[in-house]
Amino acid sequence: MAAPLEEPGGQGPGGLPPLPGIDAPARRPPRSGARREWQDARVLEVRRETARASTYRLGLPRWEPHVPGQHYVVRLVAPDGYRAERSYSVASPPSDEGVIELTVERLADGEVSAYLHDGIAPGDELTVRGPFGGWFVWRGDTPAVLVGGGSGVVPLMAMHRHWRATGRRAPLRMAVAARSPEELLYRSEYGDETLLAFSRAVPEGSPRPRGRLTAADLEPLLLPGATHYVCGSTPFAGHAEELLLGLGVPADAIRVERFGGG
Amino acid sequence: MAKLFEGRSRAGRDPRLPPGQYDVGGGWPVLTAEPTPRVERDAWTFRVDGLVDAARTWSWADVQRLAATTWRGDIHCVTTWSKLDTAFTGVDLDVLLDEVGVSPSATHVVAWSSTGYTTNLPLAEVRGGKAFLVWEHEGQPLPREHGGPVRMLVPHLYFWKSTKWVSGLRLLDHDEPGFWETRGYHELGDPWREQRYDGD
Ligand SMILES: Cc1cc2nc3c(=O)[nH]c(=O)nc-3n(C[C@H](O)[C@H](O)[C@H](O)COP(=O)(O)OP(=O)(O)OC[C@H]3O[C@@H](n4cnc5c(N)ncnc54)[C@H](O)[C@@H]3O)c2cc1C
Repeated sequence: MAAPLEEPGGQGPGGLPPLPGIDAPARRPPRSGARREWQDARVLEVRRETARASTYRLGLPRWEPHVPGQHYVVRLVAPDGYRAERSYSVASPPSDEGVIELTVERLADGEVSAYLHDGIAPGDELTVRGPFGGWFVWRGDTPAVLVGGGSGVVPLMAMHRHWRATGRRAPLRMAVAARSPEELLYRSEYGDETLLAFSRAVPEGSPRPRGRLTAADLEPLLLPGATHYVCGSTPFAGHAEELLLGLGVPADAIRVERFGGG
Repeated sequence: MAKLFEGRSRAGRDPRLPPGQYDVGGGWPVLTAEPTPRVERDAWTFRVDGLVDAARTWSWADVQRLAATTWRGDIHCVTTWSKLDTAFTGVDLDVLLDEVGVSPSATHVVAWSSTGYTTNLPLAEVRGGKAFLVWEHEGQPLPREHGGPVRMLVPHLYFWKSTKWVSGLRLLDHDEPGFWETRGYHELGDPWREQRYDGD
């Protein structure tokens, strides 16, 4: 039996019904007041993933294990004090101690992504803080279905790598959508558990024709009792969540992370 | 040595942008944690309960009869985008709170949505014309992905406090952190003080 939670929402004032929604253990407020401080990470390696995406391997002076799915914030400061901050999901698993890897897709006119692509090389420092996020996370011990599009596959790859690093303790299935094989991130890392869906150009001899992700693609990936993690652009995430709901997946078994852009 | 970061031209940096925010212009990003629910107007209700004289539930038709107001100004998301000079139409939350009679012991509210999402606010942050229930954006029905038919609008705080698909508000005599606040985000979320994460 779990110990009774010091759970304020359990009984509202005057015996009101509990507030709807969030799972009880998570309701305990963090209220640690422990601010995650900015730190200067050392760029150990820059790896080209595709024509538009690079992975930055960063050594952190104060590393703490993240939960796959969490992100860091990168801060750039100009000499006159102007600054820009953007969130980037961790791509590496927590077993990769002392480092994090961020994979950044270069956007046309992107203020931060373009600077990272043009300005950052091994030996440079980058100011970051994290890890953040307590919802779009997977600890590796419950069934998971991962559905990612474009750079939305980054936090899912942290989950996938964690799954492999910890001996595949729970069942995991994955669907990755990309425009073409050339734009597919982490292409050497997928196995039988992953369905690849190319929307514009397919590799030679591919049994799946080109086209958007469909219900027929996802149906064989469904797992009983799984949490479904959907990540990508707003249109991609909207499409993927509709497919899952259409296949009968309950809304409260779907978690969505949108990378803002269109 | 990294190349010098200059950033986008700040000659034009708008003083209405809080630190660390950028202007999305005509865009309006959608950020949600769950699938977008389909809430029909006629099925939508809004309840205010907890430390009030008489709890009450309003229907869509009920709120349409209240005196509508249009708020125009800037909104700010914790993920660093801001949308400047944009208009929402709905009703001042004070109107609803006055109808139920707020008990003097109430200090905080928790808003919840039809998806079960919750967020907490000190009562003082939603009183005095600072918070609204809204159903129109720029004169058009509020789109479903932005919380339609009806969402909260608490424009002076980061936008996760502006509960989408809102379906109720509970008045409490203590603070009760909600969905993001129990997941590492700041208790209050004032964009001008960059209160993004716990401890900021
Ligand atoms: C939780 C989270 C995790 C994320 N993880 C990742 C990740 O792992 N990998 C990844 O690549 N991204 C990730 N993102 C997205 C990332 O945070 C940035 O939004 C992305 O890199 C774009 O930032 P930018 O500064 O390059 O582009 P921005 O400058 O923000 O611009 C975005 C787009 O809008 C246009 N634009 C916006 N404003 C202007 C303007 N004023 N003038 C001209 N054009 C403009 C640009 O053309 C550009 O294409 C994540 C986002 C979130 C919220």
